[in-house]
Amino acid sequence: MSSLAGKTALVTGASRGIGRATSLALAKKGAQVLVHYSSAAAEAEAVVNAIRASGGRAEALGIDLSVPDAPHKLAARVREIVGARLDILVANAGVAKAATIEDTSTEDFDRLFAVNARAPYFLVQQLLPILDDGSSVILLSSLVAHAAVDGLSAYAMTKGAIDTMVKQFAAALGPRGIRVNAVAPGVVETDMSSFAKTEAGRDFTLGMQALQRVAQPDDIAGVIAFLASDEARWITGDTIHVDGGSKL
Amino acid sequence: MASPIVLITGALSGIGRATAIAYARQGARLVISGRRVAEGEALAAELNALGAETLFIQADVRHEDEVETLFAKALARFGRLDIAVNNAGTEGHAASLTEITPEAYQAVFDTNVLGTLLGIKHALRAMQKQNAGSIVNISSTMGSRGAASMALYTASKHAVEGLTKSAAIEAAAYGVRVNAVAPGPTETAMLERLTGGGERKAAFAAGLPMKRLGTAEEVADAIQFIASEKARFITGEIIHVNGGKTAS
Repeated sequence: MSSLAGKTALVTGASRGIGRATSLALAKKGAQVLVHYSSAAAEAEAVVNAIRASGGRAEALGIDLSVPDAPHKLAARVREIVGARLDILVANAGVAKAATIEDTSTEDFDRLFAVNARAPYFLVQQLLPILDDGSSVILLSSLVAHAAVDGLSAYAMTKGAIDTMVKQFAAALGPRGIRVNAVAPGVVETDMSSFAKTEAGRDFTLGMQALQRVAQPDDIAGVIAFLASDEARWITGDTIHVDGGSKL
Repeated sequence: MASPIVLITGALSGIGRATAIAYARQGARLVISGRRVAEGEALAAELNALGAETLFIQADVRHEDEVETLFAKALARFGRLDIAVNNAGTEGHAASLTEITPEAYQAVFDTNVLGTLLGIKHALRAMQKQNAGSIVNISSTMGSRGAASMALYTASKHAVEGLTKSAAIEAAAYGVRVNAVAPGPTETAMLERLTGGGERKAAFAAGLPMKRLGTAEEVADAIQFIASEKARFITGEIIHVNGGKTAS
């Protein structure tokens, strides 16, 4: 895959899991990476230090994306750091909450939508002045956007919103050469999903899959890095399912 | 994998040819196939000159004995098969549904569906013994959309997507991934024939969010990605490479 030397990237939710693995993967290819975190400052700094230790450029930016004007503030800080151009945006920050339909509160519903759907929308909007021909936006969808899994109705709806956002934004921004795609993981072994670490969780995950193993963050990060690269320059408006062939 | 063994059908023009060249540049070893011997020998010479050990074997994918021989000769030469690209395809002829004939159906389905099916069958037989391998089929935007006067091509590409998903589930048991790439309107001889070139071809480009046709190289990049280790957790998936055509 071609180098990302000279490119700038913002990865949200990058203190752990898929965001962390993606930040490291993009930095390894030469990109300067802005590592966003919501509250895990020490973990985010550890990612920054790991990148710098390998000779790369990185900086940590902390802001809680559940706040309505947080994307606006984050975008302003990004513009200050990278100047005229952001090449890669990975809107990965997300929250999850398992609850039955009966037990879902309006507060939980709203918070899920605020972080998982509203924040990415306004982050892209606010960064449009510095996105341009060749820029690549990658959003995070999920298997559950198209196949129901118990207890994730509200979370799944936020990811369905992302699938729609991909198409709408790709169509609108295509003429400007800005690509918008998503990756849709299934269950991934990260801190956000302790589900995969339980025996029942593992059995459930493997039971719906062709490939029969629990995904690691690197499995997802490699696909994100491809979508960010020149090799994907004609791919836009697509959600790539990276879920071991789940619920085909 | 340092020097994978890659087999490509319909390798003498368009996307197949671009894929062969891309793999050759990366140091793969190749088995290329098509119906025209002089062109096949010429392409093999070109790829060998690039430093990629290449064997041309004439085969018509509609005939199982020829497909079987193709794979047998590939294995006899190289001992294993890492990647199979079932690229041979035909667009058929535009025809209204009230005039369609069984012969026209046969012509399109024998190449696009039976050809792909036989490629999957014989690739899987080889890969099963290795407990490893990656198969890539070629769909189209017409694998999920429709168009007047193109019912047979459309139906055949929908069939390829279905074959891909079922094959992925079945082949996972022995470590083989099966995916498809679905190109949009790509600058190839097939598109020239389909559009008649000129204004009609330009109209295709104008209809895409990215406002341009794709190149065979861009589709080859996607084929290489989905066949590679970077896509190790992807199977049964259709990668849409189309400048945003299926987003809008």
